[in-house]
Amino acid sequence: MMDFAYWLPIIWAVILVAAISIYVVLDGFDLGIGMLFALERHPDRRDVMVNTIAPVWDGNETWMVLGGAVLYGVFPGAYATLLPAFYLPIVLMLLALIFRGVAFEFRVMTRGTGREGMWNAGFMAGSAIAAFCQGTILGGVVQGIKVVDGAFAGGPLDWLTPFSILCGLSVMCGYALLGATWLIWRTTGVLEASCRRWAARLAVGLFIGIVAVSLWTPLLHAPYLRRWTDWPNIAFVAPVPVLVVVLGRLFVMGLRRGHSKGPFLCALGWFFLCLSGLGITVWPYAVPPGLTLWDVSSPPSSQFFQLIGTAILLPIILTYTIYSYHVFRGKVTETDGYH
Amino acid sequence: MQYAHDPALLLARFQFAFTVGVHIIFPAFSIGLAAYLAVLEGLWLKTGRPVFLDLYRYWIKVFSIVFGMGVVSGLVMSYEFGTNWSIFSKKAGPITGVLLSYEVMTAFFLEAGFLGVMLFGMNKVGRKLHFAATCCVSVGTLISMTWILSSNSWMQTPRGYTIDPVTGRFMPADWLAIIFNPSFPFRLVHMGLAAFLSVAFIVGATGAWHMLKARKAGKFSSEPVRVMFSMAMWMAAIVAPLQILAGDAHGLNTLKYQPAKIAAMEGDWVSEDHAPELLFGIPNMKTEHTDYAVKLPLAGSLILTHSLNGKVPGMKDFPRDQRPPSPVIFFSFRIMVALGMLMMLVGLWSLWLRRNSTLFTNPVFHRVALCMAPAGFLALLCGWITTEVGRQPWTVYGLLRTSDSVSPVALSSMAFSMTAFVVVYVLVFGSGLGILVRMLGRAPQEGEHDTPPSLATEILAARMHPGVIDPSTGKGA
Repeated sequence: MMDFAYWLPIIWAVILVAAISIYVVLDGFDLGIGMLFALERHPDRRDVMVNTIAPVWDGNETWMVLGGAVLYGVFPGAYATLLPAFYLPIVLMLLALIFRGVAFEFRVMTRGTGREGMWNAGFMAGSAIAAFCQGTILGGVVQGIKVVDGAFAGGPLDWLTPFSILCGLSVMCGYALLGATWLIWRTTGVLEASCRRWAARLAVGLFIGIVAVSLWTPLLHAPYLRRWTDWPNIAFVAPVPVLVVVLGRLFVMGLRRGHSKGPFLCALGWFFLCLSGLGITVWPYAVPPGLTLWDVSSPPSSQFFQLIGTAILLPIILTYTIYSYHVFRGKVTETDGYH
Repeated sequence: MQYAHDPALLLARFQFAFTVGVHIIFPAFSIGLAAYLAVLEGLWLKTGRPVFLDLYRYWIKVFSIVFGMGVVSGLVMSYEFGTNWSIFSKKAGPITGVLLSYEVMTAFFLEAGFLGVMLFGMNKVGRKLHFAATCCVSVGTLISMTWILSSNSWMQTPRGYTIDPVTGRFMPADWLAIIFNPSFPFRLVHMGLAAFLSVAFIVGATGAWHMLKARKAGKFSSEPVRVMFSMAMWMAAIVAPLQILAGDAHGLNTLKYQPAKIAAMEGDWVSEDHAPELLFGIPNMKTEHTDYAVKLPLAGSLILTHSLNGKVPGMKDFPRDQRPPSPVIFFSFRIMVALGMLMMLVGLWSLWLRRNSTLFTNPVFHRVALCMAPAGFLALLCGWITTEVGRQPWTVYGLLRTSDSVSPVALSSMAFSMTAFVVVYVLVFGSGLGILVRMLGRAPQEGEHDTPPSLATEILAARMHPGVIDPSTGKGA
């Protein structure tokens, strides 16, 4: 039983990080598309942008619900501490996601009534605010929250610091990059060309963000610094920054040579590395700097029961998710059949 | 412990009631409508009659809007347990959180994964596979309801747990006992029927509206309108009586496991056998008396226990601090029952008209059916108020108090979020309602369009070939 109690939270941490990563990547590009509305004014091309995500956005958002549910069921201690700590950005994010989620449908349903502009703005602002909030929450978790007796004991604005704002802006930039590279892959003509231009600039922005966050993070807490600089850790973690640079190089080449999938995959790679870097930094804390995974986890019986279901269901979910992406594969053009 | 009148606690409760009250409409709508769509597409594949495809295409546009609103309002719910009810989440999360995760994995992904194919994939995957996608979405909505009601029922009638003496957490001991807790089957059936009934009355009212409009224009209503009206009235005639039976069985179950809720619903203060039924009254929690009571002798015992001398509990059986607030649920329960009876009468009336072949020609009946449009949803909301307020003052019945469940969050934060939710919900879901009403205000056509009117194809086609635009609607003809 002792072993179960030790290993189950680790297995769950891996699953949770995987779910969050899948969410960040999938909803990342569709939030990014919302933000790119600010750059693309032409209504037909805006429709094409939305058409590339219309059949899949519900599924993308479901990963976020899964993240919340897993946290609630498997790490209730973390769920009950983090959510009150990030009360305001979470509420703001949820409200932003409401606007964005319905704007998909409403903007076209209200076409010609004068309200379309409002829903376009809602789609854009909702996407931007949701992305910013997600980044600040992530930054806020990394910088740590005040916990007394296993419960949040700080103030309502503790999360709002220069560091978390930097993280928020970086995530906005990163999501927009994912959106632009997704569109390079999925569209043609004028839109694709614009996206290549935007992607180049956004990549520079994200790269600066990554460097700044990476340099700042180890200064937040002494254990973070040791994680990255102590021998032998350094041998394992050194590839992370190296790979960031390598991917950057590949990205530039892919963009210049007109590859369609390459830039998107490089952007995904960057996100993967950033999330891994964060994971390496905060491990084994679920609520830095005080509560570890084991402090916040459910009884093993809960974790085990849920693990059985997850082991069976997650592969099935991935299969039909891939199938549904497969059905709607290929470039979307202005004369395409779905919205 | 916070006190029952603590403003942060009241705000947290009000916020939950508000957000869940808005949310519940959409999944109930999706459950009923997805099943209806699966039936329509199945009938179309089987009979080949184009009217079923027309109706499918008409209602799927409504479905896409309703589903989208359900997703975003549900997203709020999955985080609100943590933001506003963190102590509850921490203590009951090992049980309710796991059930919620199963809901996400077995239902949400299934719905979301196949929704895209259902909405946009008819020309991409073929008829059979498309029908399979519709069925997956419909089954997904039912699975989702199953888990969420299991979780809710466990909070009402908890079983299969132990309580950790140190942390006070609920530890799962027997998952089958947790999932199949005593009130779960009753709640599941009652809610499922409520969802079907609610959608039947929306579909019926839409049909009635278009028949009235056609009549005014001196025309006979089109085939799709008549078919959907007829299907909706069959549903009402069959399901409304079943629902009354299910509600009665649920009542017996509640009497057994939550007698304080029954006492508060009935406005009874002293427990008695040969109890009367209070048709009207105003329960007063302070004086422990129901004022202006209008009583029907013996009916209380008969309805609640199915015997004339059955013992019916009174609220004085329970300590003051364990009594649910009677006035709210006394009325919500009566409104629900009255609406249920009305729905059954409409169903029976439709059978009578069918016998006389006047179902499509009786304007009085059509007006009544139109007025009944929100009846199902109103009854459903009143039912939820009855069962949820009736659970007070507990979140986990008899074990964890609502006042001990709330998050340690600043009052100002609660007040901000409450205001923001109300403003945003009114704006967003109000607009959604407006869009739905506008959509339903357009009658289903023979040869209904494949894609929602929102679809870029249609708009682009209209832009490219302005000749085919219907100038009155601005849409492609």
